Amino acid sequence: MIAMASNIAPHHAGHEDCLLQPDWAEVVKIVPEAEGVSTFWLKFTDPKIQERYHFAPGQFNMLYLPGYGEAAISMSSDPEAPDRLLGHTIRHVGNVTKGIARLKAGGVVGIRGPFGSSWPLDAVEGKDIVVACGGIGLPPLRPLIYHIMHNRSKFGKVTLLYGARTPKDLLYQNEYEIWKQADIDVNVTVDRGDDTWSGRVGVVPMWFYNLRVDPQKTAVMTCGPEIMIRFVIYEGLARRVPAERIFVSLERNMKCGQGSCGHCQIGPYFVCKDGPVFPFSALEKFFNVEEY
Amino acid sequence: MFNKILNINSSVTLPRSEFDTLLASLHELGYLTVGPRAQDESIVYAKIEKLDDLPLGYTSEQGPASFRLMAGRHNRYFDAIPGAQSWKQFLFPPRTHIFSADKLERWTIQPNQKQQPRYALIGVRACELASIEIQDRAFLRTDFRDPIYRARREQLFILAVNCLHPAGTCFCVSMETGPKVRGGYDLCLTELDDVFMIEIGSELGRDVLSRCQYEPASGFVQSAVEKGLERAVGEMGRALQLDDLPSLLTDNLELKHWDTVAKRCLSCGNCTQVCPTCFCWDVSDHTDLLAQKTSRERVWDSCFNPQYSYVFGGATRPNIRSRYRQWLTHKLGAWKEQYDTFGCTGCGRCITWCPEGIDLTEEIAALREEIKT
Repeated sequence: MIAMASNIAPHHAGHEDCLLQPDWAEVVKIVPEAEGVSTFWLKFTDPKIQERYHFAPGQFNMLYLPGYGEAAISMSSDPEAPDRLLGHTIRHVGNVTKGIARLKAGGVVGIRGPFGSSWPLDAVEGKDIVVACGGIGLPPLRPLIYHIMHNRSKFGKVTLLYGARTPKDLLYQNEYEIWKQADIDVNVTVDRGDDTWSGRVGVVPMWFYNLRVDPQKTAVMTCGPEIMIRFVIYEGLARRVPAERIFVSLERNMKCGQGSCGHCQIGPYFVCKDGPVFPFSALEKFFNVEEY
Repeated sequence: MFNKILNINSSVTLPRSEFDTLLASLHELGYLTVGPRAQDESIVYAKIEKLDDLPLGYTSEQGPASFRLMAGRHNRYFDAIPGAQSWKQFLFPPRTHIFSADKLERWTIQPNQKQQPRYALIGVRACELASIEIQDRAFLRTDFRDPIYRARREQLFILAVNCLHPAGTCFCVSMETGPKVRGGYDLCLTELDDVFMIEIGSELGRDVLSRCQYEPASGFVQSAVEKGLERAVGEMGRALQLDDLPSLLTDNLELKHWDTVAKRCLSCGNCTQVCPTCFCWDVSDHTDLLAQKTSRERVWDSCFNPQYSYVFGGATRPNIRSRYRQWLTHKLGAWKEQYDTFGCTGCGRCITWCPEGIDLTEEIAALREEIKT
């Protein structure tokens, strides 16, 4: 079993005597990001919990809306932000996430977490980083981008490849300049352009193909639609980036976040506990098996 | 009279007439005694008050997709190999209330404070004890302990039973879980024709037994038990070759035979519901119409449920082929890496209760055969 999350302690021991009991958090503000996507900024109503809660880039929370249920949402905010608000960028497509969409500032949701493994930060220090993501795959990587910005000198060349279906679907558009100023090579692409679009058109792996990477010193971090992930991995391996240094965040059905309910299994792993971030070397054996 | 000091691991004989005293002392200690009963043309696990509640004389004849309860076959209480139910229902209940939330000024949670029942399981076979130990590994990990399971498990009393007459779908010998009970019990009973031999497994077991009239077990009785168990080893209905597992499964996810078995499998989930080790669960909210009150419930789930792997955009395993493959490669494959044990004890329930009679011992053999050719 890979032990990547071992350095990350949950924010508190949890409610040992009650399964799935959340802590309440208030919606501080809601920022629309794109059609059907918005960021919910949350703060625990109990200041003590708010104080001790810490997460690492790539981890997720279970957000609970009474009467609807829970949804696994990765944190998209800066773990070290002074206001310590927890950003959750949510695409409102399911029961729970559509219910959350109806909340207003001041509304309340339950939080359990943080859960899962995180992007390996220490292990890739000194390396060039390629962050390749598509659609709603960018939010789980944004905390990593913040981390890189705070510690820019610890990393080599940093390249972001980000794709969305149309220009309207691109998230965090007003932040690309800030990232560029932090010496991050931001490459944005869309599947279909529109009248206003003068940027790149095409899928993320295609732009990866154009990238010249030094396999000896490159690490790849990827999250997005499974088909995109597959081709990003393919491109990375084709450039001889070792499988141990290609990191993937997987999506599976999650109910408990504690490796207990069984839903998120892939091979020997519980994605909620052993993942969601895996080195590709851990998945190689079955990643291309259909429907596994 | 012999020295009445009972030692752990020592054996005594208990006259049948004293069994009710044993049950009564469990009741005195606050236990709810549950055990096998002949009911609904099957053997179920339900509340028992006295020896006569047990299925005296019954035998169950079992085969793929077949279970038949036969009455008046012998004069023993513990001889009917169980039906679809397992002890799982008492530790990991099929439906449990977890908490309620009320929208007062703010949402307020009321955890389920109900005292978890204190069960004494009467008649736990070796394979079933093994399955409880397998579920312990899933529910009582160092990094996560299920509070409901834990509360029930910690106060559990186990009266185990050595299995002398296995059924046609049994293969505990292959899985190295039975038929002889190997520990983890408070008391272990072996039923001879007119007497029970009881081995003491714990302080608690000793305390319960000390309230009964017993005799030391003679060498004759002990050797009769050993011979009975040896005979049972030879009477296994089935066998499963383990030496190439789990890699036989985990390295061969694309065999043609997965298609063959998928044509038979109905994806009904029976195998997972009767399996004493399957631990998957789902959770749902039940809310009032005004959405001011909600109750959160945990229910058993199954990897054969199409919704089980649902993520936005569709199920990860939309086809029966991938769902059956997930089940079998988990049970006898990935489980080993997750919990350092197989997820199978050889109890045979999944064979008996599969409406199509799919037999995992045959499926494993067929997969192995395809690899050879």
